[in-house]
Amino acid sequence: MSTAAQSPTEAATPAAATSIFRRNMRDFADNRLALVSAVVVVLFVLMALAAPLVAPHDPNATDLFRRLQPPAWMEGGSWSYPLGADALGRDILSRIIYGTRISIFIGAAVILVATTIGILAGLAAGYLRGWTDVAISRLVDILLGFPYLIFAIGLMAMMGPGLVNIILALAYKEWVIPCRVVRGETLVTRELEYVEAARALGASRGHIMLREILPNILSPVIVVSTIRMAHVIILEASLSFLGLGVQPPTASWGAMVADGRAFILESWWVSTFPGVAILLLVLAINVASQGLRDAFDPRFSE
Amino acid sequence: MSLTKLIERLLQLVPVLLGVSVIVFIMMALTPGDPVEIMIGDQNISAEQEAQMRRDLGLDEPVHQRFLTFLGNAVQGDFGTSFYHRRPVSEVIAERLPATIELSLVALILALATSIPLGVVAAIRKNSVLDRLATVGSLLGVSLPGFWFGILLLMLFAVHLQLLPVAGRISYQSEIEPITHLLLVDSLLRGRLDAFADAARHIILPAITLGLPMTAILTRVTRTSMLEVMRTDYITFAEAKGLSRRRVIYRHALKNALIPTVSVAAIETGSLLGGNMIVETVFGWPGLGRLVVESIFVRNFPLVQAAVLLYAVTYVMLNFIADILYTVLNPRVKL
Repeated sequence: MSTAAQSPTEAATPAAATSIFRRNMRDFADNRLALVSAVVVVLFVLMALAAPLVAPHDPNATDLFRRLQPPAWMEGGSWSYPLGADALGRDILSRIIYGTRISIFIGAAVILVATTIGILAGLAAGYLRGWTDVAISRLVDILLGFPYLIFAIGLMAMMGPGLVNIILALAYKEWVIPCRVVRGETLVTRELEYVEAARALGASRGHIMLREILPNILSPVIVVSTIRMAHVIILEASLSFLGLGVQPPTASWGAMVADGRAFILESWWVSTFPGVAILLLVLAINVASQGLRDAFDPRFSE
Repeated sequence: MSLTKLIERLLQLVPVLLGVSVIVFIMMALTPGDPVEIMIGDQNISAEQEAQMRRDLGLDEPVHQRFLTFLGNAVQGDFGTSFYHRRPVSEVIAERLPATIELSLVALILALATSIPLGVVAAIRKNSVLDRLATVGSLLGVSLPGFWFGILLLMLFAVHLQLLPVAGRISYQSEIEPITHLLLVDSLLRGRLDAFADAARHIILPAITLGLPMTAILTRVTRTSMLEVMRTDYITFAEAKGLSRRRVIYRHALKNALIPTVSVAAIETGSLLGGNMIVETVFGWPGLGRLVVESIFVRNFPLVQAAVLLYAVTYVMLNFIADILYTVLNPRVKL
């Protein structure tokens, strides 16, 4: 590709893009609730990273004398096991802290893989059109024909449990969502004058797709991806709850809730606290991403 | 909408349904573990008998041939034999289906009955306390993991307050001779009010759990679309004519505001299908969802395959109905 092809378009966009980006970020920061939620999400991420430093106990250390020990503020509880212990006497708080790693890692990995595939497929379908578009759009239609959880359950049944398999099982369908967004945006953007100019200057198709179109359609993709991350975290927890997720003894929130089911008669804390963690993280991501959406995409603000 | 358009739309479903069945077939063809070995289990069987079983199941044929056989059989409702039950898969599924249909219907009715009034009131009294509550509620509704919410309901209403049963569809003493296999309907048809009350007590918690995300989404959709409609000229005109606010809202605005709600409801009914697996597992509900989950653990793959296909086909059809409903209700939209 020629250098002449880059200069007129690229020189103009970054400066404008940065200022719009800054303004959007300011809008986001003005939205207090969204900002607080973003802080909560960051705290969860830090907790996941620093799990060995923050967790009071080894998440897998069993102590049968502490079997189903209640939380600290109840009779029989102790502050060394603040949220109580599960049926094997493991510290629930430590397991929740370590479980954060699974939820966030799987959520982030699925979104990363799916968004990358979705962007490439969406750009190809929207820009190249023709049979590429037909093939990709048909595949998207077919995958949309499956209810999400059932598709993931079917795949997990086939592949067997395991960390990598969960990421694959969810990413196989998740890429469809960014793909549709990118395809739609690309269809509009490809007709804009600056893209035409790049084409006229002889820029390659790869250059136009990745360097000219992609930077301009990235913000709706980012917004959609953050919203979807909350969804993916719930799906992962659901798979783990059904016993199709990460295998024991690795702590995952969905499996912890499932473990506690047998004890809801007397030990409510075993199921309750991991669920609170899921709710908090998912809620924080949802509110923060709505704030992002309102700041970045004026079409959505009510 | 014209008939040709409808047929055209129906024909567009063919490649999707075909693609869905290819994926389901591949899913199960790639599943590790030989079905014959699973069927044999611990039994002592000669190599010849094993080869015979393989031939009977058509496993010795090339893949494309096996797919065509699978598709041909599936169209006729033949999904092979459930390894675990040693009975035809279709028979086992048919037994479990009414429980799942009944639960989904009650969840759907509950979701519509709460979300539409809530969404309308939230829109009419925008920024009121009720509007804020509805907004917070719908945010919670989409953020709550269903399996956990179900367990919380169980702990509160079944364990702590002991108002409702912990699991199952109906108590032993209330069992009735089936007609439609939907217990709430059958008990009424048989005039057994006690059995109806018993079945209702069993279904209420699972139905609330299953319907919650849908209620949250529909409340939001109804609110937004009601707000939009209230801003249109024809509503301003109706108000200017001096019609009562009540009349404007219920006779003029609501009709149009509900168009998106109805089509989103049809799409969301599809997502109830996935929720069924979770909710039925939590509440020990003897439906198809729980059967599928159980089948995965005993490696009963023909059943999983049939169920995934059934769910997917239902889902595609529901989305199709959503599309059609949208155009029928809203003549401005062309297919």
